[in-house]
Amino acid sequence: MRGIDIEVRRGEVFGLLGPNGAGKTTTVEILEGYRKRTSGEVSVLGHDPALRQIELRRRIGIVLQSGGIYSQITPREALAHWASFYPAPRGVDEVLALSGLTDQADVRSRKLSGGQLRRLDLALALVGDPELMFLDEPTTGFDPEARRGAWETVRRLRDLGKTVLLTTHYLDEAQALADRVAIVKDGRVLAIGPPRELITHPSGAARYRVAWRDARGELHERQTEDPTQLLHELTGEALANGETLAELSVGRPTLEDVYLELTADV
Amino acid sequence: MAEGPGSPAFGRLRHPLGSTWRQYRLERRMFWRNPSAAFFNFVLPLLFLLAGGAILSGEQSQLNRLVPAIAGMSVMSTTFTALAYNVVFLRERGVLKRIRGVPLRTGSYLGGLAANAVTNTALQIAIVVLAGRLVFGIGWPKDWPELIVFVVAGVVCMAALGVAFAHAIPNFESTAAYVNAVFLPVVFVSFYAFDTSKAPGFVETIADALPLKPLIEGLYGAMVSGAGLGANLDELAVIGLWGVFGVWLAIRGFTWEQRRG
Repeated sequence: MRGIDIEVRRGEVFGLLGPNGAGKTTTVEILEGYRKRTSGEVSVLGHDPALRQIELRRRIGIVLQSGGIYSQITPREALAHWASFYPAPRGVDEVLALSGLTDQADVRSRKLSGGQLRRLDLALALVGDPELMFLDEPTTGFDPEARRGAWETVRRLRDLGKTVLLTTHYLDEAQALADRVAIVKDGRVLAIGPPRELITHPSGAARYRVAWRDARGELHERQTEDPTQLLHELTGEALANGETLAELSVGRPTLEDVYLELTADV
Repeated sequence: MAEGPGSPAFGRLRHPLGSTWRQYRLERRMFWRNPSAAFFNFVLPLLFLLAGGAILSGEQSQLNRLVPAIAGMSVMSTTFTALAYNVVFLRERGVLKRIRGVPLRTGSYLGGLAANAVTNTALQIAIVVLAGRLVFGIGWPKDWPELIVFVVAGVVCMAALGVAFAHAIPNFESTAAYVNAVFLPVVFVSFYAFDTSKAPGFVETIADALPLKPLIEGLYGAMVSGAGLGANLDELAVIGLWGVFGVWLAIRGFTWEQRRG
């Protein structure tokens, strides 16, 4: 870690984005109190997490990248037990419903699928009704449907007024969920802001991507900041020559474009 | 559940002892759901007793030594072995790390874990004492206070050593190899030195320096000879020293997370 300067605002979903080994988990584990920082200042809900005060842990919920659970416990039992740690927990049935585990409530955890176990992770972090939640790669290894389900849950967390710090290496996930993102690499913040702004910001340098197939069947791709002008030229030329522009497409820049540009090894 | 969230008693029970109690109850429930653990804890010492009893049938002086030896082994298997397994499993599965992130005091959590092991010890000692009375003709223990003192000392010592030893075990797959590499030789040397006066001197020295044989001697005094606690103070001191060493190691090396790489 070289220097990560981030301020997460109350009630927002903040995405920490970066390639594997960028320092996402290290950052989050410092905030959660698992690791000690070597320098700098960290404040979580007004506490220094390194002191590991129980008062702070009552107000946060943690979804680790990988966290185990007793193999013989059912989600209902686990949630009831976890709830007993907190001063004002949410109801077990409510949390089961929120995390989509109602049907598996009484199934032993060793019989749950990977996706269901991940939902149990989320449920256990949620049952204490924390103000702030850490989700470390909550959907890694999910199939597309399970991911949509998890996204739905994170959106519900925001609707409940929770502050969420989310790490992910899925760009679409950050774009879909986060109010603001920070792109980190090698322990440094490369860019920070709402996904939409990162995309349209002039220094973001992402351009529209125009692709087409010419009369000889060759595929062309061009990047431009002004697609109107380019399209005008292309279509004008094609019409004049009596050709068609097969497979013509105009791609709007995505977070992925910005990300790839920023994190590219030079 | 009476103490579930929302019940009026809940607020009062959030005392640290209440958390220890709830953790203990969870550990008990999980224990009974694991049939192989239940088997090793309760059937195995009985099998040892029955097998030993069958070989030694009729020789009361031999049976008098068999029963306390099995009792000592029970203390070791329910605390040292069980906790080494348990801690490695919980660490490697990430349960410890998860628990570390919730507002539960470390003492409450480990207290619940230890109380679970101690319950198994108490149940096993009860089984062995009953079997000694009903099947092996050694009668009720002669000195109950001495029995309690030695079982408690043995539990603290062996439990601490079990947690300490868990630090040396790199992953769950190798737990059985590591634990048995310690458990079996210690049991063998201790049983052998306890059972015969003709053991070579160095074997005797090793057995006396390890905690199991002193524990068995103390249990023998309590269950059979009735020689009194005063006659076994040296043994108690050896167990105590191992206990202090074990507690120091257990606390010093405790890790909540799987080691990487």
